[in-house]
Amino acid sequence: MRFAVISFPGSNCDRDLYYAIVDSLGEQADLISYTSTDLSKYDTILIPGGFSYGDYLRSGAIAKFAPAMKSVKAFAASGRPVIGICNGFQILTEAGLLPGTLQHNTNISFISEWEPLEVVNNKTPFTNQYQVNQKIKLPIAHGDGNYYCDDDTLKSLKQNHQIVFKYRNNPNGSVDDIAGIVNRKGNVLGMMPHPERATEKILGGQDGLTLFQSILNSIKVRSLS
Amino acid sequence: MYLAKIYVSHKKSILDPQGEAIKSALHRLNYNDVNSITQGKYFITKLDSQSKSDADQTVRSICKDLLVNQNMETYQYELKEV
Repeated sequence: MRFAVISFPGSNCDRDLYYAIVDSLGEQADLISYTSTDLSKYDTILIPGGFSYGDYLRSGAIAKFAPAMKSVKAFAASGRPVIGICNGFQILTEAGLLPGTLQHNTNISFISEWEPLEVVNNKTPFTNQYQVNQKIKLPIAHGDGNYYCDDDTLKSLKQNHQIVFKYRNNPNGSVDDIAGIVNRKGNVLGMMPHPERATEKILGGQDGLTLFQSILNSIKVRSLS
Repeated sequence: MYLAKIYVSHKKSILDPQGEAIKSALHRLNYNDVNSITQGKYFITKLDSQSKSDADQTVRSICKDLLVNQNMETYQYELKEV
């Protein structure tokens, strides 16, 4: 199984993700540049957190035009898994791969805390190793994590079971306590919490590792069928 | 050459956390007649367009493509020949 982690200028969680895949999960990963356009040898694409392009204009607004993003769109359209974490989630919404927007936290503070979450949907390639309604704990670290979408979008997110993770004590003002969503097809995940920072006990928790194990499981199941 | 001044702000229906924080700071400074305040962005761009209608089209297009997130922001602009 080979994962690609795309580094943009200003990404700062790319090495954490690489570590989570290679050292914690025990699979192969490459750190690739935002200028790379050939994603053919990868099974999963990971878009890391950080401050791509300094968060100029809006978080993720400039990164959506990076050369790699065209290939990410094609990769996503082929049905293979794509995950955007934190700034990666912001990039995926700006690129139109996920609905809604991440805006400033309602209290305008940067929040760096372990947050209790609930797994709302465990029937995705990213959550199949969790129990439904399982209570988990992952770190968040963001200033722009306040998920916003209009009422019609929220309705369709609910109807299509696209809400995957919810905050149990909404820290940032997100609509409907949303912490992570998938696209309609279910193969693109965006989430503000950082699973890659919760893959070993010594880091404070292992609930993030389950997410990466879920991807592994879904790819294995797919290749058997 | 054409000059466009583009103003981007939060849609009225969406809470503007920065505007709210500024408002409460102003109230702490005893500017109690400040009823509301919205923080936005202001862009000034010069365009080498052939005509005013071309310039107008470019301004709308760059707002849609990059300057404005239409999920939560709205914009207005002034355009003149310089």
